[in-house]
Amino acid sequence: MAVTKEALDTLARPERARWLQAIADFTWQRPLGAVGAAIVIVMSVVALSAELLAPFDALLTDYEAMLAAPSVKHWLGTDAYGRDVLSRVIYGSRTALIVGLGASFIGATIGALIGVASAYFGGRVDMIVQRIMDVLISFPLIILALAVVAILGTGVFNVVLAIAIPMIPRCARVVRSSALSVREMPYVDAARAAGFTDARIVLRHMLPNVMAPYLIMLTAFLGQAILLEASLSFLGLGVQEPVAAWGLMLRGAAVDFAETAPWMAIFPGVAISLAVFGFNLFGDSLRDALDPRLRTTQ
Amino acid sequence: MTKRLAGLLAVAVSTVLAFPLQAQTPRSGGELVFPVPSEPPSYDGHREETFGLIHPFAPFYNTLLRVDPFDKGGTKPYPSLAESWTVSADGKTYTFKLRRGVKFHDGSDMTSRDVKASYDKIIFPPPGVGSSRKGQYAVVEAVEAPDSHTVVFRLKNASGSFMASLLSPYNFIYKADILAKDPNWHEKNVMGTGPFTFVEHVKGSHVVGKKFANYWDKGKPYLDGFRAIFIRSSGAQVAAVRGERAHIQFRGFTPADRDNLKAALGDKIVVQESAWDCILLVGINHEKKPFDDKRVRRALTLALDRHQASESLSKIAIVKSVAGVQVPGTPFATPPGELNKLAGYWTDIDKSRAEARRLLKEAGVPEGFSFTFTNRGIPMPYEPLGVWMIDQWRQIGLNVQQQVIEPAAYFGVIRKGDAQVFMDFQCGYIVEPDLDMYKFVSSDRNPANYSRYKDPVLDDLYDKQSRARSVEERTKLIRAFEKRLLDEEAHYLMTLQWHRIIPHSSKVKGWTVTPSHYLNNTLDTVWLSE
Amino acid sequence: MTVYIIKRMLMMIPTLLGVAVLIFLLLRVVPGDVVEARYMGQGSQFTSQDLMDIERKKLGLDQPLWKQFTTWMWGIARLDFGLSMWTGSPITEEIKLRFALSLQLAVMATVVATLLAIPLGILAAIKQDTWIDYAVRVFSIAGLAMPSFWLGILMILVMLIVFKWLPPMVFTPFWVNPWDNLAQLIWPALAVGYRYSAVATRMMRSAMLEVLREDYIRTARAKGLWLKLILSRHAMKNAMLPVITVVGLEFAFLLGGLVVTEQVFNLNGLGLLFVEAISHRDYTLTQALVLIVAAVFIFVNFATDIAYAWLDPRIRYR
Repeated sequence: MAVTKEALDTLARPERARWLQAIADFTWQRPLGAVGAAIVIVMSVVALSAELLAPFDALLTDYEAMLAAPSVKHWLGTDAYGRDVLSRVIYGSRTALIVGLGASFIGATIGALIGVASAYFGGRVDMIVQRIMDVLISFPLIILALAVVAILGTGVFNVVLAIAIPMIPRCARVVRSSALSVREMPYVDAARAAGFTDARIVLRHMLPNVMAPYLIMLTAFLGQAILLEASLSFLGLGVQEPVAAWGLMLRGAAVDFAETAPWMAIFPGVAISLAVFGFNLFGDSLRDALDPRLRTTQ
Repeated sequence: MTKRLAGLLAVAVSTVLAFPLQAQTPRSGGELVFPVPSEPPSYDGHREETFGLIHPFAPFYNTLLRVDPFDKGGTKPYPSLAESWTVSADGKTYTFKLRRGVKFHDGSDMTSRDVKASYDKIIFPPPGVGSSRKGQYAVVEAVEAPDSHTVVFRLKNASGSFMASLLSPYNFIYKADILAKDPNWHEKNVMGTGPFTFVEHVKGSHVVGKKFANYWDKGKPYLDGFRAIFIRSSGAQVAAVRGERAHIQFRGFTPADRDNLKAALGDKIVVQESAWDCILLVGINHEKKPFDDKRVRRALTLALDRHQASESLSKIAIVKSVAGVQVPGTPFATPPGELNKLAGYWTDIDKSRAEARRLLKEAGVPEGFSFTFTNRGIPMPYEPLGVWMIDQWRQIGLNVQQQVIEPAAYFGVIRKGDAQVFMDFQCGYIVEPDLDMYKFVSSDRNPANYSRYKDPVLDDLYDKQSRARSVEERTKLIRAFEKRLLDEEAHYLMTLQWHRIIPHSSKVKGWTVTPSHYLNNTLDTVWLSE
Repeated sequence: MTVYIIKRMLMMIPTLLGVAVLIFLLLRVVPGDVVEARYMGQGSQFTSQDLMDIERKKLGLDQPLWKQFTTWMWGIARLDFGLSMWTGSPITEEIKLRFALSLQLAVMATVVATLLAIPLGILAAIKQDTWIDYAVRVFSIAGLAMPSFWLGILMILVMLIVFKWLPPMVFTPFWVNPWDNLAQLIWPALAVGYRYSAVATRMMRSAMLEVLREDYIRTARAKGLWLKLILSRHAMKNAMLPVITVVGLEFAFLLGGLVVTEQVFNLNGLGLLFVEAISHRDYTLTQALVLIVAAVFIFVNFATDIAYAWLDPRIRYR
């Protein structure tokens, strides 16, 4: 920056204000991204404070009021067991976030570590790891998830793993190509010459510099993870009753009664779409902001 | 004057109404189209257990005996290839006189040799050949064919249920010559005496059958042919009937489907319903604490409000009647007055749940005690029943987690004895206490008893009722069996009896619903009114 | 160039082998086998243990793992995929039946996706940061966000309630009856195509943005000749390459990955075959399917790598 008054002022401003400025810039320049971020924030707040927001317990059945249409008592109606749809959608956001965040975080982080390490060590190690990653990527996402669920069983934790595992090689591949360019940087050579251990170089020098593709993959996975969880639950292989989960709410009775009680199928679907939409918008704009020239491959 | 006219009118009207509406003459012609939810892995009835084989392939074959196609109870024996039969005084010899002039589809004659060869394959399969129902005929000593149109079954001892076991729709009669050359031929090929001949089977798509001109029952079948289309998703099956691209689905639809079809097609749809000879049971692993304590098991059954569930769940699932060990409405079923005295069947649910809590406390089970309920990964009706039961157990202070295992791995887990409380099920082709109650005898005698208990009193009651000489005696023993099983010991819990709902095109005539989806699929009596 | 091609071809082999080993082991780890799936689920009391043992022997499941693997691999080497464990029919037959449908669906979906992505992507790039750009991006991301099965359910519902019409349930090949064929497949093609257009649109947009930044384009724009030049062969070629890559890779997955869509629309395709094979524990069929899908994917990867190398000579010498 040129040594102007504004520049000096910027430097003098406290860290927090600079962050705020960055956010304000982001919102102004990328309104779509801001909308996405807003959706994500609202969803997180809802998930965290589900107990406060939900009018009913998600598990509370009411056989006198099965398949009831939206009313003052039940804003979004009730499902086949008389459970309040609104409450289940609210608690469902918690499941979606746990699975979505959990799976994408685990998948992206492990993938990034593998990608960076593979790029750093190069040579034979790199080639072998690359082949393994290729093998995993060749499986269609849902088939790998099906196989993992078949082995480990259903349930929230196993679903997180089942979704994270196919994401690892995809992230590894992208981060690796970014890490390859970082490896040639002079400070890495300097660190090596200084005698730092491999682990330290990988973790403290290379990893922070691939933050951009890592964050992009992470946000891209978030939406994917939520969708995949919905698909698995829809197939009956994901989260199980009576836990509130959006994909779960779309199967069985929701389809059977779609004509006479459409609210059961509409609202969870809207919730899923909105959540994935928000994460994707945000991720998209984040990608543009971080590096418009960065083109991601599969 | 008017009074007499009114009288005459009344007589006229009642005479007209007295004519059974079935007195329409069957019309010949037309192709019956029906969806089948699952495709059979092979064509051999002696080997397969799935209804996916019966629906498309039973029309190509005849069995020795069949169930009366117009008997709503699905229990009356009816002649098929056997014209008549006699039972010896000691009950150990069954002699069947076979029809003459029955031809296989290739033109050859059916004789007792063919019946003997088929039953030998079922009861005494040669090494390397599998037979699914071998165990059911353990009482048979030998099958003989003294002359070309007589078949004799010699039993080791008298058995009240042997006739019922001969009514199995899977016991296709094959050609002896073919079986002699290759016992596995029928896995991939069809050669029978049935009312329809095999035209084609396109995998993943459909099976087509054509009327057999030389069928022994002259005048039948009425249909020119049939087309069974394999449609996995129930939504698509309903859509097929709704769009009038299919006439009937022989397994059963959900209450929602029935209501949608009725609303969409009105008079063009006829609905036949029946209690179904299938029920989901809750198995309790006696080898896992605290379920070895019968107070805990009784508490589990006392918590379930079956009467209310019968009302509410029947709207969303294919279950309905409150049942004991026999399908309600069948000869040996316990009437509601008696049934409601058993634990879990009380009409006062608050009293029932208070008793459940008291028992749990006495047994030392703390409030909020958590256990896992293992369920099978099939949506209907496993899922709704699972949700219902977990909710009911919550109301006596039990915190239940559901673990769902996909069908292919399910019984492997249950057999190993890893599950605590789990869903089990039972489906039969005929309502017969010997078949229906065999599941509950001690696990060292019946390895398919996954609750893993040994109860000699129960075994004794089973054997006694099997050999009972009079209906009254047998009924008494069955009631005692039921009381011990469900009330005193609560070894297994009954959920609700399944409910078979068959909405079909009003053009389909000559088909009567029975409690079993394995019966009445030969299609010889079915005709289309247009 | 030939050296590069050969190098890449050689790399395909260990990858395929890795896939084969992985799916083989994965299936054996999963609990339950085809015999159990077949006989233990019908609710009858009399399933005999020796029937199950006989069946296991017939299918070769009693042999040691390494033997099963080598038998299978030896068959693959002779292009003999073996018999399905569930039905006993040759696997090539089982797959052939569903392949036509899945292939047609994949092609139709890709066409829909491309027809949507290219014009929308170009439009969004030209009108970057205007409301048109936002509208396009919202539209395409909405396609990504909606669960395909939900979209399918809604589509069928609308067709049923509003039009009182249902698509045909049985697959008729195109040359037998084009009308029935399209009537069945157009709906899932639209649902799937819309979804996949999102990624391609994004790709097209960013690639176009790249091109638009180039100096000669900027000059032309300033001079007012932009439309003609943008659509010039050079501009399009550079922009299209990454789009083609993305579309090609997605196509490979469309063949076996449309599990939920096929279930919702009741299509007798490869995705449904996959799910059925896994739930039946039909080892041979699942293995064959995975190999085929992986092979297609690996080959598409290979083809795009070669295309890139041909277009950008620098890559060849890496």
